[in-house]
Amino acid sequence: MLRNLISATVTAVSVLSIGGLAQAQETVKIGLIVPMTGGQASTGQQINNAIKLYQQKNGDTVAGKKVEIILKDDAALPDNTKRLAQELIVNEKVNIIAGFGVTPAALAAAPLATQAKVPEIVMAAGTSIITERSPYIVRTSFTLAQSSTIIGDWAAKNGIKKVATLTSDYAPGNDALQFFKEHFTAGGGEIVEEVKVPLANPDFAPFLQRMKDSKPDAVFVFVPAGQGGNFMKQYAERGLDKSGIKVIGPGDVMDDDLLNNMGDAALGAVTAHLYSAAHPSAMNKEFVAAYKKAYNTRPGFMAVGGWDGIHLVYEALKKTGGKADGDSLIAAMKGMKWESPRGPISIDPETRDIVQNIYIRKVEKVDGELYNIEFATFEAVKDPGKTKK
Amino acid sequence: MTLLTILFDGIAYGMLLFVLACGLAVTLGLMNFVNLAHGAFAMAGGYACAILVNRAGLPFFAALPIAFVVSAAIGAVLERSLYRHLYTRSHLDQVLFTIGLVFMSVTAVDYFMGSSQTFIHLPDYLQGQINLFGLGVGRYRLMIIVICGLLTVALQMILSKTRFGSRLRAAVDDPRAASGLGINVPQVFALTFAFGCGLAGMGGALGAEILGLDPYFPLKFMIYFLIVVTVGGSSSITGPFLASLLLGIGDVAGKYYVPKLGAFVIYTMMIVILIWRPNGLFGRTAAR
Repeated sequence: MLRNLISATVTAVSVLSIGGLAQAQETVKIGLIVPMTGGQASTGQQINNAIKLYQQKNGDTVAGKKVEIILKDDAALPDNTKRLAQELIVNEKVNIIAGFGVTPAALAAAPLATQAKVPEIVMAAGTSIITERSPYIVRTSFTLAQSSTIIGDWAAKNGIKKVATLTSDYAPGNDALQFFKEHFTAGGGEIVEEVKVPLANPDFAPFLQRMKDSKPDAVFVFVPAGQGGNFMKQYAERGLDKSGIKVIGPGDVMDDDLLNNMGDAALGAVTAHLYSAAHPSAMNKEFVAAYKKAYNTRPGFMAVGGWDGIHLVYEALKKTGGKADGDSLIAAMKGMKWESPRGPISIDPETRDIVQNIYIRKVEKVDGELYNIEFATFEAVKDPGKTKK
Repeated sequence: MTLLTILFDGIAYGMLLFVLACGLAVTLGLMNFVNLAHGAFAMAGGYACAILVNRAGLPFFAALPIAFVVSAAIGAVLERSLYRHLYTRSHLDQVLFTIGLVFMSVTAVDYFMGSSQTFIHLPDYLQGQINLFGLGVGRYRLMIIVICGLLTVALQMILSKTRFGSRLRAAVDDPRAASGLGINVPQVFALTFAFGCGLAGMGGALGAEILGLDPYFPLKFMIYFLIVVTVGGSSSITGPFLASLLLGIGDVAGKYYVPKLGAFVIYTMMIVILIWRPNGLFGRTAAR
């Protein structure tokens, strides 16, 4: 908290001191709308942290323009998002809106992006339809379908025949289940048990007992990030790990942000995801070290979404030579390719959605800490939620 | 065999609910005060335990009583400074005041501890299952049943056998006559309130492993506490105790046997019981 206070003061001071200069050189304003309070607060904090880190490293000026971030907290409530986006566009005259912790928030801002011709950079929310809601939306996070289909393919090919599924009963949970099921059964697998748990469900005990009794090879799990730890603990408590039942799923459950607190119960879980803090590239090592030094915690996939989002803006501005109107920026962003801490990624010129590698990882202990260690890669995965159409 | 496992899990869950909610049964039933902020005290205990175990490295069993003391102390301070002014006010005032406290506690914990789930690092001997007569029994849940069972017996003894218990019952039945007989009624209420908060705190610490612990805990579980008290009736400890067990077992069994309807079972049971006995299982029929 002190950290936020200090950084807020620093930002305030730096804004004041640069105030005079900014008149001369023109600014590009980015309205960053993320949840900084409430249940999704860690998403907003990671994105905000990553963007600050990026600007510290690369400076706040690009193509002769000063890039200014205006941070707004929507607490992941779509009504707030819409109001804030409108204020930012109308009053602050921002050139870009960015952030968006959850799908409803990203959707709420979409009509505004279209009307005002302001690019909307989605750095977190993961439902496929988002980018179809406005021609000005670009995504640097992921789609749930990317990881869910890949883990389905992988499981079917790697000796997992029978799977019981446990997913939270809300849109992303149902998405994950549907995409996984399609690909897993197409690959010859069988779903022996399918349980949807209520979203506000604290105790997994009865559901896990049901999983255990159905004797699957693996349990496919998708629960909101915060519940992953509880799930893994109860999974081990009930002895499912000792019965040889594996845990598989999209990687949200094993978010780097939470992983270390889950305890050894999480060991051995296999998930498919876009980013692990243990990704073995020089760029990622540098990114993780800088992030740890600045914030004393390791970055998760949300931080990477923020990092790549701001990188995309910088690169687009370089390409347009500082022209910051919506149409030129979007045109510049389409098809852009770069190396991110997560690996090589690009923006699909047709859908404006992200194309990235999806890694299969296993939770292992490295130097006394839990990490997702990548052991297989599916290269340049497009969003399967769209390619079907 | 599965039936027994379900029963065991249900009892553990019910016991936990009881320790969490019995403080509320006391304030609501005995003192006739609607304290929606009850869960906030449970959360305080949970976080106190988490900080002590995770950061200060205290053993879990040493941290549990401290969690009790911390929550009881917070309860006592708030009772003396805030709550006692509202005893005579209408129920609506009490509801508005305590729900305000809930929101303040949520924001305060969010500010200091962050919004993500907090886990308490348990010693190894509390993790995993042991085999009891061929039945897989979770060690942690077994411990919950033992601790909560002892607490229940102790509570019942205090209420029925000790001098303090009889003072409390007298103060509740007729505060004017009780104070006329020389019983310091406000003091009795304050002690009872603090004790109820302490129990909630201990429940919060015990429950962190099973129910999870985050700043929204008081809001998430408010409904459960209220169900326990309304279904159990609030005239004794036995009512809420049986209600907790019934709801715990019903909830777990419902989720196991009919997972599609699992979340509704507990509410359906509440509605049926309340239609059958509007004052709860052990309610006073001619209450105030």
